[in-house]
Amino acid sequence: MFDDLRELYQEVILDHSKNPRNFRHPEDANHEAHGYNPLCGDTVNVYLKMGHNGLIEDAAFEGKGCAISLASASMMTEIIKGKTEAEAKKIFEGFQQLVKGEENDFDAGEDTERLMVLAGVKEFPMRVKCATLAWHAMTSAMDDKPDVSTE
Amino acid sequence: MNDMTTFDVEKIRRDFPIFTREVHGKPLAFLDSGASAQKPQVVIDTMEKAYAETYANVHRGVHYLSQVSTELYEGAREIVCAHMNAANVEEIIFTKNATESINLVAQTYGAANLKPGDEIILSTLEHHSNIVPWQLIAERTGAVVKAVPIDEHGEFMLDTYLEMLGPKTKIVAITHISNAIGTITPVRQIIDAAHDAGAVVLIDGSQAAPHMKIDMQALDADFYVFTGHKVFGPTGIGVLYGKAELLDAMPPFLGGGDMIERVTFAKTTYAKGHAKFEAGTPPIVQAIGLGAAINYVNEIGFEKISAHEQTLLAYATEQLGQINSLRIIGQAKHKAAIISFTLDGIHPHDIGTIVDRGGVAIRVGHHCAQPLMDHFDVAATARASFALYNNRADVDALVSAVKSVQEIFG
Ligand SMILES: Cc1ncc(COP(=O)(O)O)c(C=O)c1O
Repeated sequence: MFDDLRELYQEVILDHSKNPRNFRHPEDANHEAHGYNPLCGDTVNVYLKMGHNGLIEDAAFEGKGCAISLASASMMTEIIKGKTEAEAKKIFEGFQQLVKGEENDFDAGEDTERLMVLAGVKEFPMRVKCATLAWHAMTSAMDDKPDVSTE
Repeated sequence: MNDMTTFDVEKIRRDFPIFTREVHGKPLAFLDSGASAQKPQVVIDTMEKAYAETYANVHRGVHYLSQVSTELYEGAREIVCAHMNAANVEEIIFTKNATESINLVAQTYGAANLKPGDEIILSTLEHHSNIVPWQLIAERTGAVVKAVPIDEHGEFMLDTYLEMLGPKTKIVAITHISNAIGTITPVRQIIDAAHDAGAVVLIDGSQAAPHMKIDMQALDADFYVFTGHKVFGPTGIGVLYGKAELLDAMPPFLGGGDMIERVTFAKTTYAKGHAKFEAGTPPIVQAIGLGAAINYVNEIGFEKISAHEQTLLAYATEQLGQINSLRIIGQAKHKAAIISFTLDGIHPHDIGTIVDRGGVAIRVGHHCAQPLMDHFDVAATARASFALYNNRADVDALVSAVKSVQEIFG
């Protein structure tokens, strides 16, 4: 098998895709957005509970998608919980550059290593949208834009 | 070129230069001809020659090259006319693709004939390009779009269709072969029944043209469309066949040069026949390329092509069927060589990415047929579609690549 495939479909990613974390719809979510990739029909709903001070108190998602999009959504919810809106957006910016192959010194603080497992996506340009769908939905939810489409 | 007393697939593969290349260091197993087919050298050469040696605009000049170019362009129309067994070359209109052909009929015949409450009958098998143009014209005219259902095998439900037909039915637009699952529909019965109900019929032959002989006079379709790039021709060229009496009564589609008889600011009169629907400089070299492609397949012969493809379909169905947790979507009795499938717990996008690394090109997604995906309750499938140049090695490559998908996913 090819190394770049092994790199893309690492154990961690397969694990997150088969058992996505925070795969639920919290009743007390106060921000949400629907992400849709018209190319493949994948959908994701991202739910956030934001505190008054811009703190993300809870993050969850539901949806259908490929291993890459599910794993990325699952890891995202774990990572942004407890962060501020500004911090989450900053991580997304760096992450987006990472998966597009535009960033070689990716630094997301304590989360760098965890997100690096998705770096393999950069060898598969057609899959960048899968990896970023939930993140786009997350920022839309924060900005109160209910829908985001990756096309 | 091909003395085809027997069908020699390896010889055919040598006609297609793409098969000399590798993908990701593997021989190319190209199983995505349903999306667009590869081109034989003769099509590439014919087009190069048309640009290098005979190029000029058509229908517009008295100079030598314009005349040669016009003869080649109109010659391509005659090739298409003979190939489709149309009664008359005036019935063959060149468009940009099948999508434009369908939109043309909807926007001209549909706009002129549909009234509020009239019904347009489609089916669940349709490609979006045989759905959306009808929805657009229905919205404008107050007509209603209805879809004939399919059964669990993906079979067009003829009995239900017969019940749906009635005095309100004005247009029936059905695919000849489903691009997503390969079902061959009973077009002859569909057309006859529609005619009995007083409706006109458009058949979307985009997937039929590469796999079977199409015969307008035998079918008696009112409109029949296909797209050049799927029959081994270039992109940018499509065909609309329409019965002469219908075309004559239809308003023009696009306005411009070539489609007129006489223009004054007070009143313009339109050209007759196909010219009325070919406004502006047409896709000249693309039409010439399409003519070469059609000559190419006819030299081989559709009987042989079809027999070869059906053998591959049976082999692929049997081989894929042995893979655990693989589900074939669409098991109609009469199928073209198109196999849609899913793997339990693995998204088609992941399948597509992984098999690609093995040199296997398949399409993954909804195949522009979302109502059909909804029917089978899947968001997407993986689809292998075969053409005359595919061989058993391609099937074997697919099967082994699918197994490696399962290995990776454990
Ligand atoms: C059944 C069917 N109809 C219509 C089309 C549209 O063809 P085109 O995109 O060339 O217009 C396709 C292919 O994409 C098809 O498979």
